[in-house]
This record gives sequence, structure tokens and C-alpha cells, in this order.
Amino acid sequence: MNVVLAKTDTGRAVSSSFALARERLPGSGKVAEQRRQAFEAFERAGLPHRRIEDWKYTDLRVLMREVLPLAAAPDTAALSRAETALKLHAIERTRRLVLVDGVFAPKLSDLGKSEKGLSVRTLREVLEAGDGALQSELLASDNSNPMIALNTAMATDGVVIEIANGTVLEQPLHVVHVASATTPAATFTRSLLRIGRDVAATLVESFVAAEGAKAYQTYDSLIVSLDDNARLDHLRLVEDGLEAFNIASAAVTLGAHAQLNTFGMVSGASVSRYQPTIVFAGEGARVDTNGVNLIKGRQHADTTLFMDHAVPNCASREVFRAVIDDRAHSVFQGRIIVRPDAQKTDAKMMTRALLLSDEAEADNKPELEIFADDVTCGHGATTGALDESLLFYLRARGLPEKEAQALLIQAFVGEAIESITSDSLREHVIAAARRWLEARG
Amino acid sequence: MALLEVKDLQVRVEDREILHGLSLTVNDGEVHAIMGPNGSGKSTLSHVIAGKPGYEVTGGQILFRGEDLLEMEPDERAAKGVFLAFQYPVEIPGVTTMNFLRTALNAQRKARGESELLVPDFLKKVRSVAAGLNIPQDMLKRGVNVGFSGGEKKRNEILQMALFEPSLCILDEMDSGLDIDALRIAADGVNALRSPERAMVVITHYQRLLNYIVPDYVHVMAKGRVVKSGGKELALQLEESGYAQFEDAA
Repeated sequence: MNVVLAKTDTGRAVSSSFALARERLPGSGKVAEQRRQAFEAFERAGLPHRRIEDWKYTDLRVLMREVLPLAAAPDTAALSRAETALKLHAIERTRRLVLVDGVFAPKLSDLGKSEKGLSVRTLREVLEAGDGALQSELLASDNSNPMIALNTAMATDGVVIEIANGTVLEQPLHVVHVASATTPAATFTRSLLRIGRDVAATLVESFVAAEGAKAYQTYDSLIVSLDDNARLDHLRLVEDGLEAFNIASAAVTLGAHAQLNTFGMVSGASVSRYQPTIVFAGEGARVDTNGVNLIKGRQHADTTLFMDHAVPNCASREVFRAVIDDRAHSVFQGRIIVRPDAQKTDAKMMTRALLLSDEAEADNKPELEIFADDVTCGHGATTGALDESLLFYLRARGLPEKEAQALLIQAFVGEAIESITSDSLREHVIAAARRWLEARG
Repeated sequence: MALLEVKDLQVRVEDREILHGLSLTVNDGEVHAIMGPNGSGKSTLSHVIAGKPGYEVTGGQILFRGEDLLEMEPDERAAKGVFLAFQYPVEIPGVTTMNFLRTALNAQRKARGESELLVPDFLKKVRSVAAGLNIPQDMLKRGVNVGFSGGEKKRNEILQMALFEPSLCILDEMDSGLDIDALRIAADGVNALRSPERAMVVITHYQRLLNYIVPDYVHVMAKGRVVKSGGKELALQLEESGYAQFEDAA
């Protein structure tokens, strides 16, 4: 079946795209071999479709149809459009690292002032001239997931960030992906964040579009490792253009007593899918993942999370809130596995979807697989409309209908947004959520 | 001109007619009590005046200072000066009382073409009103009514009444769920707001509340209409004889 499907027009187009792109892809020898294997894995599977369990709600053959050819490296005009877009999405007092059409843009990035303990290189640099172990780590690939395999095969650039033991970063790192190409094309980025022992760091990722960038495709993959006792605050904002595709994954590993506090918000992109995999590798670690989808029109936003409790005494919390208007479709799949040794695991997952129209759609699929016997695990999921009695109360106090709705929607997403510890980043997200509500009219 | 004129009001909920030709006139500054057994339509009347969805008005009219209240959205009615103190105030997690009060007050002012209150002025006003009602400051920082006791919820309603300065207050079963001490505090709060510019319609099942909020007029409702009206002594008479005579008469 798959063999036949791989020979569809889409399969052939991607195949020739890879052949054409190969010369532009950094790395040779083992790196090129890892790419080739990954590409073959993608080619065998083709775009994932609804008959594959994990992709039941997000059938890329229907939603996306094809993988576009690799975007050209940005020219001066593209960089200039990107610069304008950056002004709209800038976050003050952060160190900005910018990728335009999948290529690192040094002139738009804050590289001037170095910081002790922080190393920033590009993926291209590392794949062309880095050490072999790091190269292998960068292109290590779960080829059973066709979209990760595709990203491995095609990854053009990205940032490789290493933070030395004991460093407390002065400023958050802000990695901005700007789509700037005005002809439909695809970008493939892969980044790595290696966080040493006792480090405290903040990473913000933004996905945005410059003027004129429309039906582009962004494929991204992030690899994060937290050494013992490290802490990462992570913010991920998908604000792509409403005709764009954003297919991304993250692989996070936590050492002992490490802490990850992550918040994601999807308000952009026509179709988005984010697949974080979080692995507890040391005891006493804790993960808080929070997410908000604010979607409308015919947007489709999928978060498919895999939380792997491999060792004892770790805690994880997931709080997801989806606000879905018009004919939009929100998908949350959260799988928590508690392996036999992972006693005293404390894992809880709560997802709630708010439907603002009769045609809005939410799919929640929590899955718990528990193989240890001394654990506290739970999940809950609700889907519903705005509470009429609350709306009437607010209206009886003078709030017009839209304002009453907006206040209740803000309250609904508030619990997830409250998880952002930095005041300025939380305000940034609240402002973005308000803009979305105001645009609803 | 009367403040509120309810004329021959007929209201259905789904397929059932709840009010069959109810009439009531309230002038500025008057306090009217509406008493009646369960199911007589008291709460329906309060909901229809405030504009709660789900009620179908099949006949009659409600005029507020001569304007057709039924043509207005609930928020327009609030801005015009109609205030319903809820029998069961809802809890709104995630919206702090302070934020709610400010948003609501400014929405009403905006609808009336008035400027928004500046934050310091607003805070000063809320704090002084809250202190008068024995509402601790930390309650204002919590979600609206979240974790409030029955008495605190009712005091929060009175706080809003004091803040929004409506010309017509409808108190829907304010005594329900309150013990005698909580009832006294709530009633004191209401009495402090009595003025020639503010009329009140006090809806209650029991005469007890009227010992604390003494009305100018008492109306007895049964089976969807007002069956008897009189002075405050009518409430005492009801306490003696019960509602049965009126239900039979209706």
C-alpha cells in the first residue's frame, strides 16, 4: 500500500526536490548518510494520513497534499521584508536569533555582545565542520515518524546553542523563524539547545510571516537536553500566516532535578502540528507543559505530546486550552507512559476545549500507559460552549455580548497563560491573545 | 412618569405560560416587595425585566421611564439603570472581582457616553464601598465569587449595586441561603442604598426579609399574576394566614 502511495505525484515531487536540494544541504560523509536513510524512511511512508493511528485527526495527504520545494536562500529584498516583520514581533530585552526562510540571518540577529557560558553556532557550521558526536546527535532521527525523517533529510540550517554548567543567562534567547519568500516554498530547520548543569535559561521561539509570504511550509525540529538541576522556561508562539503550514517536533531530555516549564500558543498557520517528546532521564525532575490554541476560520491545530516517565520520582503537568471559532479544528493527543521502574511518578493532564461556533471541532485524546504500581496519574478532558449563565451575568452588569465573551475567553485561557513565570513574556502573550480576541470583532 | 411600568405581561418558557397578565408600577425611590409561593412566577418576572434569554414575551409590555425595555439588550438595560441582584450569583474563575467591576462600570459609562473612570479614582471608589460592606480587600483580588460563602456572594451583589448606582434594583430572593446574621449584614447594605433616586423591587418567599428591608408596598403573586396589593401590613397578614387563600383565589 505504502509503496504504491509513495509513487504518487507527491512522492515523485518530493523525491526530485530532495535530489535537487542535496547540494545545498550542509554536511557530508556520515551526515549525508543519515540524511539519505531518513529520506528513504520518508519516501517509504509518504505523507502521513488518517489510517495511521497518530495522524488520525491530521491527515496531511488531505490537508497539505504535497511537500513544496526547498525555499531559495533569502535575497536582500527577502531579508528586508523579514526585518520589517521582526519589528512587529520583537520582544524587548531578549537575545534575538533569526532564521529567514530557514537560513540563519546574522545581520538580523543579536550576536554582537557575547555572554560568558553561552555558545551560539549555526546548524550549517556544525554539520560542515563540527565534531562528529554533535553531528550525530543533531541528525539522530526517529525515522518511524515520517515528518521527523523528512526534517532530518532536508534540515538546511538552524541554531546550535550550548550553555555551560552553572550559567544563568542574562537574557532570554528569542529564536525567530521568519517566512519571507513570496513564492510558495518549504523551509526545513533544526536547532539544538544543550543546557548544562545548574543552568537557568529562557528560550522563546516565534514563527512569523513577512509581508507577501503566504502558502509556505515550515518544518522545524528542536532538540533540547537539560543536564542535572537545570531549568528551562520555554515559550513557543506560532503566529504564521493563515495560509501557511507549520509541522514541527521537539525532543527534550531532562536530567536529575531538572525543570522544564513550557508554554505554547498557536494562533497562526492554516495547518499546524507540534510533536513534543519529553523524556525523564534523571530522578526528581519536573515538567509543566501548558498550551493554548486560538483558532478560527478553517485553521487546524494539532498538538501531539509524548511524555515518557522512564525513571522514578518525576512529576509532569499538562494544561491545554483550545478556543475554536468558525470551522476550525483543534486536536490534542497526549500520551503519558510510566515505565515499570518509574515509581512515585506524579503525572496529570487536563485539556479543555471551548467551542465558539456550532461547526467548530475539538478532538482530545489522552492516553495513559502505566506500568508502575505506586504512582499518581490522572487526566481529564472537557469540551463545551461558553456558559450561558455566566454570559448573562456579565451582560446584566453592562458588558455587550462580544465583550462578555472576550472576558470569559480570556479567563478560559488564563490558567494556562498564568504558568508563564516571566512578567514581560506573560504580558507579551496576553497582548497577543487580546489582539486575537479583538480581531474577532 | 413612572420609573417602571409592567403592563399585562404574558411570558412563556418553552410551552408553558408562566406569567398571565402581570401588571406593576414602580415610581422613583419606592420600595416594593413581591411575595408569593414557589412557582408563582416571581423569579421569571425579575429575569424578564433584566433580559435573560430563554423567555418568550407573548403579550404586554415593560416600560422603563417610558422606554420599551423589551427592545433593549441586557447590557443596555444595565447602562440605563436596571440592576438585578441574582438569587444565585455565578462564579467566574479567572476573572478577578476587581477586573470585572472595572470592565462592567466602564462598559456602562461608555454606553451612556461618559468617560472611563481613571484607575486611581476607580480603586478609591471600590475600596471605600467595600469597606462599608465589610468586604475584605483580598476578596476583590479573587475570581468573581469563586470560593465565596453565600453571604459573601450576596454582599458582592450589593457592592456592585453601590458601585453602579442603578435607579432600579431588583433583589431576587436575597434571603435565600443566608443565616440571620448574614441576612442582617446584607439588609443593612441595601438599606444604606435607599434613596429618593433609587427604587427597589424586593422579591421574597418569606416575610422575614421585610423586617429588615421595610417596603412601601407589598404585592402578592400567585399563578403568574399579582392577586393583591397593599402596604407593608399585608406582609404581616400573609405571615399569619399563608399563601393558600391567594392561590385558591387565583
